[in-house]
Amino acid sequence: MKDLELIVDSMPFLLQGLGLSLLLAALAAAGGIMMAVVLALLRLSSNRFLSGAAAVYVNFFRSMPLILVIFWFFFLVPMVIGRPVGSFYSALIAFTLFEAAHYTEIIRAGILSVSRGQGWAAAATGLTYGQSLRHVILPQAFRNMTPLLLTQGIILFQDTSLVFVVSLSDFLTTVTIVARNEGRLVSMYVFAALVYFALCFAASRVVGGLQKKAIR
Amino acid sequence: MIKLSNIDKWYGAFHTLKDCSVNVSRGEVLVICGPSGSGKSTLIKCVNGLEPFQGGEITVDGVSVGAAGTNLPRLRARIGMVFQNFELYPHMSVLENICLAQLKVLKRPRDEAEARAFALLERVGLKDHARKLPSQLSGGQQQRVAIARALAMDPIAMLFDEPTSALDPEMINEVLEVMVQLAQEGMTMMVVTHEMGFARKVADRVVFMDQGEVVEDAATDQFFSAPKSDRAKSFLSRILQHV
Repeated sequence: MKDLELIVDSMPFLLQGLGLSLLLAALAAAGGIMMAVVLALLRLSSNRFLSGAAAVYVNFFRSMPLILVIFWFFFLVPMVIGRPVGSFYSALIAFTLFEAAHYTEIIRAGILSVSRGQGWAAAATGLTYGQSLRHVILPQAFRNMTPLLLTQGIILFQDTSLVFVVSLSDFLTTVTIVARNEGRLVSMYVFAALVYFALCFAASRVVGGLQKKAIR
Repeated sequence: MIKLSNIDKWYGAFHTLKDCSVNVSRGEVLVICGPSGSGKSTLIKCVNGLEPFQGGEITVDGVSVGAAGTNLPRLRARIGMVFQNFELYPHMSVLENICLAQLKVLKRPRDEAEARAFALLERVGLKDHARKLPSQLSGGQQQRVAIARALAMDPIAMLFDEPTSALDPEMINEVLEVMVQLAQEGMTMMVVTHEMGFARKVADRVVFMDQGEVVEDAATDQFFSAPKSDRAKSFLSRILQHV
């Protein structure tokens, strides 16, 4: 009972942490997907230099541990811009660039899943490459890959727990602070696990539903 | 109107099209036939630049398809094309399928584009299906929508790439009927098909291809009654023996 009271009492603080985690995940997913569409198109380009450059980017970030990238941008971004930007923005940039690399492969596969004849049909009616992407190819590609994008989004949300290294207070960090201050490590970490489980399980059920719909 | 001169094409080391020359005059209906793998589909996709070619020249209404300065989208907008697998956009209604290029390429106002779409749907007998998705239609219906989609651009010529090959037998005729009507109205048509009945009925000329070459190019009557080459003879005897 005391544990429940503690959770209720610390709720505003915990919600702040959860809010930061969700905000970071949502912004990084949105930015990462937009960037990944461009990267995927470069990757599929017949120009070897462009596709090579995109491949280097993707392979580089996919080979790095996320925590290192977060650390790096914390120090790198202020150096490049010339002034401090704060932990949140440096973490957001790190997550966006990192997730873009992962999303690129998903989106590339999504574009390739649309049959070649669709591109032919669009081109044959006089649509430009850009128009055929916008109206014919990408809508179908996104429909095919929504489950995978959401799955990656769930992983991204879980990964936001790494931002403690640049002293941001994400959900897990706020839980840790409460647990340490009140000496309630076990119950608070069980609570954290339940929250992560509930959110991620609900999201993966949505993914499952979408997949079933896609098969139909 | 459509002029292919000495077209050569390679897929890597494989010589798919060998020195192919074909002409289609205004109002003419040309049928291209031949065994699978003979290069007919590749050849017809060269006409609107969907497949690049390495040698020779193709002009459509005087515009060179392969030239570097050609605005391919603009040229393609004037040539209708119908594919073996229909290739309707599955995420759009029948109406949207027919309107998309009218809106984006021809910049027609929406009401005008829709009016044109409905007129064409009526013509191919599918006026009541405008709001359906392609997946709710039969193959024959989908192919008729695809023809309507191509006609909506008011093309100067139509290309058909095996338009009935993916259809169940009972649906072939509904598509052929639309094509016959088009031919009789004087549309310039290039048709890759195995439908020899269609060829006999409406084609002015028949081109027979084998192994990437144009083996025979003859007036329709002559092609069926007295094919010159042995390869065309054996092809005809194989596909006509059960007719």
